[in-house]
Formats: sequence, C-alpha cells, structure tokens
Amino acid sequence: MTLDRQAVEQLAHLARLRLDDDELLDVIAKLSGIVEFVDQLARVETGGVLPLAHPLEMTQRLRPDEVTETDGRDRLQQNADQVSDGLYLVPRVIE
Amino acid sequence: MSWETVIGLEVHAQLATRSKIFSGAATAYGAAPNTQACLVDLGYPGVLPVLNAEAVRMAVRFGLAVKATIARRSVFARKNYFYPDLPKGYQISQYELPIVHDGALDIRTADGGHKRVHIVRAHLEEDAGKSLHENFAGLSGIDLNRAGTPLLEIVSGPDLRSAAEAVEYLRRIHQLVRWLGICDGNMQEGSLRCDANVSVRRTGEDRLGTRAEIKNLNSFRFLDRAILFEVERQIDLLESGGTVVQETRLYDPDRDETRAMRGKEEANDYRYFPDPDLLPVELDDDYIESVRAALPELPAELQARFTGEYGLGEDEAAQLGATREQAAYFEALVTELGGEAKLAANWVIGELAATLNRTGTTIADTRVTAQMLARLLRRIADGTVSGSMAKQVFEVLWEEGGDADAIIEARGLRQISDADELARIIDEVIAANPVQAQQYREGKTKVMGFFVGQVMKATGGKANPAQVNQLLKQKL
Repeated sequence: MTLDRQAVEQLAHLARLRLDDDELLDVIAKLSGIVEFVDQLARVETGGVLPLAHPLEMTQRLRPDEVTETDGRDRLQQNADQVSDGLYLVPRVIE
Repeated sequence: MSWETVIGLEVHAQLATRSKIFSGAATAYGAAPNTQACLVDLGYPGVLPVLNAEAVRMAVRFGLAVKATIARRSVFARKNYFYPDLPKGYQISQYELPIVHDGALDIRTADGGHKRVHIVRAHLEEDAGKSLHENFAGLSGIDLNRAGTPLLEIVSGPDLRSAAEAVEYLRRIHQLVRWLGICDGNMQEGSLRCDANVSVRRTGEDRLGTRAEIKNLNSFRFLDRAILFEVERQIDLLESGGTVVQETRLYDPDRDETRAMRGKEEANDYRYFPDPDLLPVELDDDYIESVRAALPELPAELQARFTGEYGLGEDEAAQLGATREQAAYFEALVTELGGEAKLAANWVIGELAATLNRTGTTIADTRVTAQMLARLLRRIADGTVSGSMAKQVFEVLWEEGGDADAIIEARGLRQISDADELARIIDEVIAANPVQAQQYREGKTKVMGFFVGQVMKATGGKANPAQVNQLLKQKL
C-alpha cells in the first residue's frame, strides 16, 4: 500500500509539522515503505489472538493515594521561556 | 411532521482523591498556579505514570452502583492532540477496554414515570490543565495544577429524549457521585461537567440523525439552554432543506446560543493506541466483592424503603433522599420521635431545608440537630403548639439554640386547647358579630372563615385551629 499525498498532508497537520514539496515527496516514499513493512505483519493469521496491550506479562502496580510531591514551581519554571504570576506563557491559542 | 430529539451525555466527574491519577502531586482546588504540578504532570522526559489505587476503587464503586460490568482487565490508551494545557501531547485515557461498561441508571420522567438510561461505559482518564487568555499581552497563561487530576468519564446511550430528561439524568449522576463520596459535585469549580451529543430525527424514524457535540457544560441550566437552542437550530436547518454537520460546538451563555468550534481547536483524529508506560489493570473477584461490600444503601433503594417503611409519597422520599446526609437526618429524627414520619418529612424538606438554604448552611453544620427538632415536633404532635407557633420556636432554636419546651414556656407560645376558655372567647366573638352569625345560620357557610380569623385574632394566634372549627360549628 502506498500512502497518498493527502494522507501524508493530514498526518503532517496532526503532528504540527510544516513540510515543503520536496520534503513531502521524500516523506511519502519513506512512510509508504514503513506501511509496506507493516502490511507483511498484517498477513499473519491472528484470528484467535487477543490484541497485545503490553509486551510484558505483568499487570499494573497501584500506588496508595498519598501526596508525595511538594511545590517545585520555582525550580521547574527555570526551564520555561516566559512565565508570569506563576503561569507558563505560550503563544496565544485563541484570537 | 414532528421531530424527535435524541441526546446522549458524556459526564466528566473529577474523582475526590488526594493525589493525582498518575503522580503524587496534590489535587486541592484553588492552589496558586503550577504549585501542584510535578514532573509527571508536566510531561518531562523519563518520568513514568503510576496509577492511583483510590481512583481505581472509586471507578469500581461507581460501576457497581449502576449495576455495570467491571472489567477484569482494562487498558490505558494515549489520546493524541496538541494543546498548550496538555504538555505531553497526549491525554492518558481508556479506549477499547474501559474499566466499567454496560450499566444503567433510572430517572424519573415529567409524567411521573421512570426511564432506564443505559450507561455504555465509564472510563478513567487524566484531566488537562487550564489556559487563561486575558491580560497576557497577546499570550496565553497556562496553569497545570489540574493536569493529571483523575476523571471518570461516564457515557450514556442516546436514550434521552428532551432537555428536561438530560437535566434529570445529570442530576441523578450528580447525586450518585456525591452519595458514593467519589466526587464533590461542585459544578462551579468544574468538578462535574458534561458534553451533550444532540441530534434530531423525524418521529418514527429508527436511524439516528447527524449529531453535534456541545462541549463543557458546567451547570444544569446551561445544559438545558444549550440543548433547547441546538435542537431548534437543527430543526430549522433541516426544515429549510439544509443538513446538520457533525461537529463540536460550544455554548455561549452570554448570547444563549451554540456555535461551531473552529477547525483548529477541533481534533477528532486522536490516533489512540495503548500506552506503553502503563500495564493492563487486572481486578479479581475478591477485590470487586470487597468494593461491593463497602457500598452504602443507594438512592433508589433508600427511596423505595422510605415509601414502604414510612408510608411517604414518592416525591417526599425523593426530596428527602436528595443527599445521604439529609436522609440520615430524617431517619435520626423519626427514631427520636418514635414515629410521625410524615410530620418529620414535612419539616426536613420544608422549614429545615429552607433555613439551611437561606443561611447557606449544609445539613452537616445544621444549628438545629435532629434531637432538638424532635423535641419541638413532639409538641406539635401532642397539640401543645400549632404549626405556625412551631415555626417561631424553630427560629429561636436556630438563632439561639436551647430546648423547645423551654422556649414554648418562656414565650407563652402554648396553644389554647382549654375548651372552656376557648368557648368563652368564641361566645364573645359571636356576640360581637351578630350579622355574620345570622348569615351563617341562613346557609352562608363561607363566613366560617371570618369567624375562625376573629377567634385567632382574639387569641393572638394561639388557638388550636381544629378545635376552633369544631366549637364554632356547635355554637353557631
């Protein structure tokens, strides 16, 4: 199966990637290769096999409902470009 | 031709845990921005989510209360979308294997009947943070305190047929999650909010119409208004030859309308896949039975018992059973009184509820305890005070505390039940109003009300009304 241009453009939009025409052609070829590889897997008979949620044969450990983390805002916000009144500032998301 | 409305609700209930669903950060409401957001909540590289046992227990508790199937094995999935208040770029939710599925909740309908609403599923997920768009010079401010707060998303079937039914269903969910102690139900703080899937179809049609999803309704009134607007919009559209587009809409309370979210905010292509950071959750029968054993008597069971055991009407039972605390107060009151359930019910949903409401007090903090109220109601039951006198006593109990008998004594609020004294007063009233007395004897029985009023006036409202009526009839 080959991915068409529209599908790749849609994926790029969902991933918030801006691709120019040359990049797009390159990505279409490479992604199609991956899809072909996965198609081989799809040919394996899996009728009686349950979907695998996790490769480890283990179940989820639960933690008790206790507050163990203290306020680390000042330290953590040293990684932020811009903060104000304790808030992280980002480009405006609505007009 | 007429139209039928079809509604399904997705209710998001914040679970009342102390810490977040996948981290040990606190969940307290109203903390300073980003002081309750740790490395896991912020989506730092290299961190791992670890599931909160209490969130799981609360989800199971809900599932059992709606007679649903509890999944022996459930799986967390990543729901992928980009938004600044979702630092990881995905929300951890459940998709194919939710923890709870196929339950039901009964609601009362407008005609007094009952309707069973299918609960398709209830799954665990994490909440996102909050974006603030004002006062940041063209930027948005992000507070991630709420990120990672556990949510139970409760999805109903498309079973609701009007805005009123949708509101009633949401009220029953609201009541139930508080009853179970799994959510504080504070809609103003966003602890309980819902999305409504709304469509219309021609009456008699089996297929569902195209639906619009109205997001983030955080009050009963907004849910009602948004559905009413949306149904009208869709019918207008279809009747003028148009089609309904499947889309996400927002309700604007200021303009009382819904409008489409712009494509940018909308992301229906979530590319779910199992979260490799979390293992499947497996629950065994022992665990599920231990949660079941800890369930309280449920609202529907309690109401059935109240109508049976105490002979109350369905409305009274429903009102008394609105909260567990109020139901418990009522039962304590009846126990103390040794009966008089009807009188007790009237006072709890009447005077007490009104006073709590007026003073903004919860029943847990009531100033008139069941023991105090029982002593007052005993004096109504034995005829010492009338209903209106009792209200005066209640006010004093509320304001100053004390004991009903002492207040009745001190304020001279004892009803005049002494037949001789009443008879003397009634003779005086009749003698003073010969014209009306004559009218009564000529068959104008309506003047009876006039005489009762006169006697009440003469006694300062202290006469026993039933006794006054009886004596007047004899004497006239």
